[in-house]
Amino acid sequence: MNKEISYWNLFRHTFHLSAFTFGGGYVIVPLMKKRFVDDLNWLKEDEMMNLIALSQSAPGPIAVNSSIIVGYNLLGAPGALAATLGTVLPPLLIMTVVSYIYLAIRDNALVQNVMRGMQAGIAAIIVNVVWKLARGVLKTKNARLIAVMIISLIAAIFFNVNVIYLLLFAAIVALISHFMSNDSGVKS
Amino acid sequence: MIYLLLFWEFFVIGALSFGGGYAVLPLIEQNIVEKQAWISATEFVDLLTISEMTPGPIAINAATYAGNRVAGIPGGIVATLGVVAPSLIIVLLLAYLYKRYKELPVIQRLITGLRPAIVALIASAGMTILLTAFFGTEPASLSNLNWMAVSIFAISFYILEKFNADPIKIIIFTGILGGIIYTAFPAL
Repeated sequence: MNKEISYWNLFRHTFHLSAFTFGGGYVIVPLMKKRFVDDLNWLKEDEMMNLIALSQSAPGPIAVNSSIIVGYNLLGAPGALAATLGTVLPPLLIMTVVSYIYLAIRDNALVQNVMRGMQAGIAAIIVNVVWKLARGVLKTKNARLIAVMIISLIAAIFFNVNVIYLLLFAAIVALISHFMSNDSGVKS
Repeated sequence: MIYLLLFWEFFVIGALSFGGGYAVLPLIEQNIVEKQAWISATEFVDLLTISEMTPGPIAINAATYAGNRVAGIPGGIVATLGVVAPSLIIVLLLAYLYKRYKELPVIQRLITGLRPAIVALIASAGMTILLTAFFGTEPASLSNLNWMAVSIFAISFYILEKFNADPIKIIIFTGILGGIIYTAFPAL
């Protein structure tokens, strides 16, 4: 695989990932981790997760925000544009076609069956990445980070608390601990 | 002028959709279905169904679809640019600030502090997909459990965990599996 960090490669890879981001925005996280961290070594996992966390505090689709911030980090503002273009083009092309034939797609039994199969696979992908990320947080042995994760998990899964409040909560806890003590939360 | 209006309406949706995914639905419903009447309520529901069958963020799918309906292919492109523009502006600004100040201890602490919340957000998205895959639209109970979906999930999870497989290959594999199994045995 050509591992050079170039505009074309950035566009090509984000296009490929975006074309398979079925099942909602966060699916892009395991796809990006595998491609940019494991296969291409363009970023370290920690760095990529930091970037994605930061981009979630802005409005907009998760996949788009993640691509913009990763693209900027690799190749500056033009890199962000290349990554955005790569991410936006697949749904733009597909939906343009679908908008003219949507009834045929909606009522197609084979398409529905393929989707049912994919759903189970996508669930496995997400559970797998959550498990890996959660292990990373647990390994820090940092009581504050682990507590924030457990509280956020409960709030998000059982109470459907909006993303932005969870991020605010985590940010406030981090700031308070920064100004009150010297715990080891800097390294993860 | 219709292109300006399309751009603007979707720009507002992009700028207000914190938290991505389903947080954007009420905004689309109010602005695109009720206020502008660019698509009907039935089309809106169909759009959600189709968004689950096609890759990409719901906001982009909605923009491309509504734009095409109102003003053809250029309309779809303009609306999609509108929905992405706020992300580009805000995330680029955040990315720039992060690159400039990331060495500051307080920023380090803040970003690592966000990580546990991101794990929770991905977990909550995973839970939604998992429940849909296992139970469809039925309430979660043992009698409604789709054992075929559970098997596909378990096999996928094993392959991911054991071989660090490419998630895209899992998506393709489970899609083909679903297409074959559910078409051959509609009762499953």
